[in-house]
Amino acid sequence: MIEVDRLTKRYGNLKAVDEVSFQVEKGEILGFLGPNGAGKTTTMRILTCFLPATEGTARVAGYDVFEDAMEVKRRIGYLPEHPPLYDEMTVDGYLKFVARIKGVAPEDRKRRLQEVKETVRIEGYGRKLIKHLSKGFKQRVGLAQALIHDPEVLILDEPTVGLDPNQIKEVRELIKSLSGNHTIILSTHILPEVSMTCQRVVIISDGKIVAVDTPENLTRQQQGAAHIYMEASGSDVAVQRHLQQIEGVLSVVSRPLGEGEVSSFRIETELKQDVRGRIARSVIEGGFELLEFRSLQLSLEEVFTQLTTQEEVRSQ
Amino acid sequence: MRNLLAVIEKEMKVYFASPVAYGVLTVFLLVSGYFFYNILTVFIQRSMMMAVQAQQFGGATPAMDVPALVERNFFGIVSTIVLFMVPMITMATFADEKRRATIELLLTSPLTHVQLILGKFLAAMGFFAVMLLPTLVYHAFLYFYSSPKMALGPVLSGYLGLLLLGAALISLGIFISTLTESQMVAASVTFGALLILWVIDLSAQAAGPLVQEILGYVSILNHFDDFSKGVIDSSSLTVYLSFVFLGLFLTYRSIESWRWRT
Ligand SMILES: Nc1ncnc2c1ncn2[C@@H]1O[C@H](COP(=O)(O)OP(=O)(O)OP(=O)(O)O)[C@@H](O)[C@H]1O
Ligand SMILES: [Mg+2]
Repeated sequence: MIEVDRLTKRYGNLKAVDEVSFQVEKGEILGFLGPNGAGKTTTMRILTCFLPATEGTARVAGYDVFEDAMEVKRRIGYLPEHPPLYDEMTVDGYLKFVARIKGVAPEDRKRRLQEVKETVRIEGYGRKLIKHLSKGFKQRVGLAQALIHDPEVLILDEPTVGLDPNQIKEVRELIKSLSGNHTIILSTHILPEVSMTCQRVVIISDGKIVAVDTPENLTRQQQGAAHIYMEASGSDVAVQRHLQQIEGVLSVVSRPLGEGEVSSFRIETELKQDVRGRIARSVIEGGFELLEFRSLQLSLEEVFTQLTTQEEVRSQ
Repeated sequence: MRNLLAVIEKEMKVYFASPVAYGVLTVFLLVSGYFFYNILTVFIQRSMMMAVQAQQFGGATPAMDVPALVERNFFGIVSTIVLFMVPMITMATFADEKRRATIELLLTSPLTHVQLILGKFLAAMGFFAVMLLPTLVYHAFLYFYSSPKMALGPVLSGYLGLLLLGAALISLGIFISTLTESQMVAASVTFGALLILWVIDLSAQAAGPLVQEILGYVSILNHFDDFSKGVIDSSSLTVYLSFVFLGLFLTYRSIESWRWRT
C-alpha cells in the first residue's frame, strides 16, 4: 500500500531524512519511532505530498506522491503534529469544510459527519467553537478531520500527544480498530505505544532507519545472549566463582545487597541452550541459598536506546 | 468549482468571526462618511458663494455641477482610504494559515493551488465589496436631492474602478501574506508597498513629461482617476487586470517555493 524507496530530504546541509526505505502492507499499522528531530514528521510530510523529497520516491496506493499528488491526497487522511484547526469555527462547521475539500459527495456529508463524531466520541460537541475545547478534544477533532473522507491510508503524527491517560488508551484502541480497513502509519516517541498498537516498527534516528521489525522480534534480536537475575546468600566472591564454572554461563556480575551475606547476580548465558535449571541446581548443591531467580527480558526501551545510541557511535 | 466555493465560504466565516473585520468595516464607514459630508458641504458652500457673488456683481450665475464634483472628489478620497484598509483584509490570508499550521490541511487536501488562491482572492473581494456597500447610500442621498438629477454613469464607473483597484491591491496583499507567518508583518509590509505605489503616483504628477507618462502608466492609482470621471478606458482595464494576474501568479510561485524550502 505504501512503498518508500531511498527517500532523502535535505535542508541545506542537514539530511533530515536519509535514504529511508520501507513498505507498509494493506491493513497494517506501522509505528514510526524515533527521538526528537529524527525525521518522522519530515517523512510523513513527504508521504502526504506536503513537502517534495530531495531524492528518492514514495508511492501510496500505487500513486507516486510527486507525480500523482492529487490521487494520493484523495486517499490519505493526515493528522499533522499540530492539529490543523480553525479556532473560530464550530466543530461541525469545521468538519463540514474539511469534508468538502476532501471531496466527500454532498449526499454523504451528513452521514460521514455523524459517523466520525461517533468514532472519536465528540457527539455532543458539534456546536461548540473549537477554541473552547480542551486540548484532548481538539486532538480528537483533528483525528475526525483525518477520518472524514474514509481514506484508505491514515498518517498520524504523534496522535496521542497531549491526551490524558484514559484518552490515550481510547485513542490507541480507536487506532487499532481502524486497522484492517485502513493502512496506518503513526509516529511516536513513546515506546509502549508502539508495542501496544503496531504490528511493525520502523526505528529512525538522525534521518536513517536503524531497524524495521515487529516489536517482539526487535526485543529478541537485540539480545545476543539471555540474561538471568539471581539473588543468593553466601559470599558473593564464592558464588560468582561457582557460577562461572557452570557450562553455558558467559559472564557474571555480582553486587552485594545491603547488610548480611545476600548478593545479586546478573548472569549472561548462551542463547542456544536453556541453562536455567542447571544453574539453579548447581547453586543449591554448592551449599548456597537461592533467594530469587528470573530471566531478564530487554524492554523495547532498552532496545531503542541501544539501537539509537549504537547509531550515534557508528556515525561519529 | 465545488472546492472553490468551499474555500470562499470558509474564508468568509473566518473573516466575520474576527473583530478585525468589524473594525475595518466600522472605520471605513466612519471615515468615508466623514469625508463625504465634508466634501458635500465644501462644494455647496462654494456654489452658494459663487451665486452670491454673481448676484452682487451682476452677470449670470456660473454653472457648477455640484454632484459631479462631489462624486469625483469622494472617489478620489475613497481610493486613498482603501490603501489603509486592504492590508487589514489580506494580512491573514496565508500568514495565519501558516501560523496555525492549517496550511498543512489545505495543501494535503485534493485542492489545487489555483482553487485555494482564487478562493482566498474572491473571498477578500467579497469582503471588500461588503465594505463598499454602505457607501451606496451616500450616492442615493445625493441623487435624491440633486436637481436636475445627477448622472449615474460616473457613480457606476467609479465603483467599477474601486473594485478593480481593490482587486489589484488585494492580489498584492495576498502575495505578501505568503511571505511570512506573522499577520502583523504582512500588514506592515503590504502597507509599505501600497505607500510606495502612492508615492509613484505623486511623483508621476510632479515629474517631467516623459517620466510622467511612464510612471502614470504604471501607477495604478493614476488609472483610477479616469473611472471616477466616468471614463472606462480599456488600457486602464488592462493595467488593472494584468496587475491582478501578476499578484496571483506571484502568490502561486511563492507557495510553491515555500513548499520546497519548508
Ligand atoms: N523547515 C526546516 N528547515 C530546516 N530544518 C528543518 C526544517 N524542518 C525540520 N528540520 C530539521 O529536520 C530534522 C528532522 O525534523 P522532524 O521534524 O522530521 O523530526 P521529528 O522526528 O518529527 O521530531 P519530533 O519528535 O521532535 O517531532 C530536525 O533536525 C529538524 O531540525
Ligand atoms: Mg515530529
